[in-house]
Amino acid sequence: MTSKFVSVVDIVGSIRAGKTTASDVLEQHLARIDSRETEIHAFNHIMAESARANAASIDADLKAGNDRGPLAGVPIALKDNMCTRGVPTTCSSKILQGWKPPYDATVVTRLQHAGAVIVGKTNLDEFAMGSSTENSAFGPTRNPLDTSRVPGGSSGGSAAAVAAGFAAASLGSDTGGSIRQPAALCGVVGVKPTYGMVSRQGLVAFASSLDQIGPFTHTVADAALLMEVIGGHDPLDSTSLDQPMPSLTAVLGQGVKGMRIGRLADMPDGCEPEVLARLDAAFAALKAAGATIVDIALPSLSYCLTAYYLVAPAEASSNLARYDGVRYGLRVESADLISMYGATRAAGFGAEVKRRIMLGTYALSAGYYDAYYGKALKVRRLIANDFAAAYQSCDVILTPTSPTVAFPIGEKTSDPLTMYLCDIFTIPTNLAGHAAMSVPFGTGAHSMPVGVQILAPALGEPTMFRVAAELERAS
Amino acid sequence: MSSSSDAKTTPKITAQVVAKVAHLARLDLTEAELALMTTQLTGMLDHFGDIDKLDLSAVIPMAQPFPIKNVYREDVVVPGLDRQEVLDNAPVPQDGRFRVPPSNGSES
Repeated sequence: MTSKFVSVVDIVGSIRAGKTTASDVLEQHLARIDSRETEIHAFNHIMAESARANAASIDADLKAGNDRGPLAGVPIALKDNMCTRGVPTTCSSKILQGWKPPYDATVVTRLQHAGAVIVGKTNLDEFAMGSSTENSAFGPTRNPLDTSRVPGGSSGGSAAAVAAGFAAASLGSDTGGSIRQPAALCGVVGVKPTYGMVSRQGLVAFASSLDQIGPFTHTVADAALLMEVIGGHDPLDSTSLDQPMPSLTAVLGQGVKGMRIGRLADMPDGCEPEVLARLDAAFAALKAAGATIVDIALPSLSYCLTAYYLVAPAEASSNLARYDGVRYGLRVESADLISMYGATRAAGFGAEVKRRIMLGTYALSAGYYDAYYGKALKVRRLIANDFAAAYQSCDVILTPTSPTVAFPIGEKTSDPLTMYLCDIFTIPTNLAGHAAMSVPFGTGAHSMPVGVQILAPALGEPTMFRVAAELERAS
Repeated sequence: MSSSSDAKTTPKITAQVVAKVAHLARLDLTEAELALMTTQLTGMLDHFGDIDKLDLSAVIPMAQPFPIKNVYREDVVVPGLDRQEVLDNAPVPQDGRFRVPPSNGSES
């Protein structure tokens, strides 16, 4: 599927060659925001003024012959759970409304050093808890390809911003599929890097052992370039992997000849037939390009949902304890400290966040810890073992990213469990800490895009990107 | 999706338990929220009972994707956050500090 918008690589090339300027590129994106943002609601906060100043400064530097980095002049949007100094960062929650972080997230600093122009902060499910961006305290984001449908979630605003041409690329965060699923539903590329490859410093924590930041782009090459800019060791994140970032842009043309592609022998129920047809087409394309298809099994796959929906809320209930009305954000005044906490949190958090805090607190509480959280951690080990066994016989695994194409707004909001089932293919990667990405591969029901997910072992990004590039060539 | 036989081996959740958990989580829930939460948590925990049929006795729990060891930085002074910038975000700053209500419920 060829995007109608200009890629990051082409923008960088055109600006460098003097065919256009950072300011002109920015104005084209701001014009598209002007014409469609009211309808889409991709942003919580648009940074037109500072973006214009940055673009002008980049143009002046380039004119003077100074190098402004590999992303000089590229308009980029950030999910609104990444700290931007002095710029509102809300996590789409009333409890953080008005908060202006006193520091930048590491990824923000790295993007700025690379010459990116940050255009705004994108909408998300409150604290990244959701699969449709309907859980935002500031209203849902709509899918730019069909505004009656969701963009996916939780990074729905970031996916929609790229799909609508509001930004050339964006960053999201992925705890259980929150980059890959919206990428699939909006027809763009989305990457969940290996745990620890991209710094989490300045990413507002949801579930710290699962969260990773990654890019949304129109092309695989753009995603590789973004990864090289934001990835690599950061001493400010104690879970950051202390090793050099592998080159990804250099491997894209290497093809898949001789590669072993894993296929699930038992596909979970609930996939739309059109989605499975696209997956079959992806296997056929890789086979035609010289890869071998190998049947593999992940016997614990069906238990991942349970493990994830105990581990993630448990970690969230602990992480979200910091929103107590004392140091930042909302406070509801009350006679004493304990009642101030309870009243503030009741007024500041939305229904899904409350539900997960309750679930997590319960799973961690005395008497229930062993039955729920303790067991979930053991199931997490089982899925990691399953992957280790599967990767003995294959290099990557291909699955659908989402069992369905983008669904209508409101369709799944009444039953939390139905919404959780959207994540069946994306969750296992986060539990294991591995790499995965979604690549658009044609359309399914209602002419909506279908994403194919490539799963790779930890630090398997170079192999994963070779497969992604091959699928892009074939789509 | 849910299985009643699994529910026997997992603890049942009641409105009283939900109220206690809400207090532990420092969340003031309305009566309507407590009722809804009890129903929804019961449904989820029923579903989550699927892992009860697994034999996990010999499995080592996995809390992190990779082994983590403590990381120390060099013991050198670096600038911290700007004090005023931090306090500007506080709901009730006072004299360079965060003002909070009394912990014992009465104004001193």
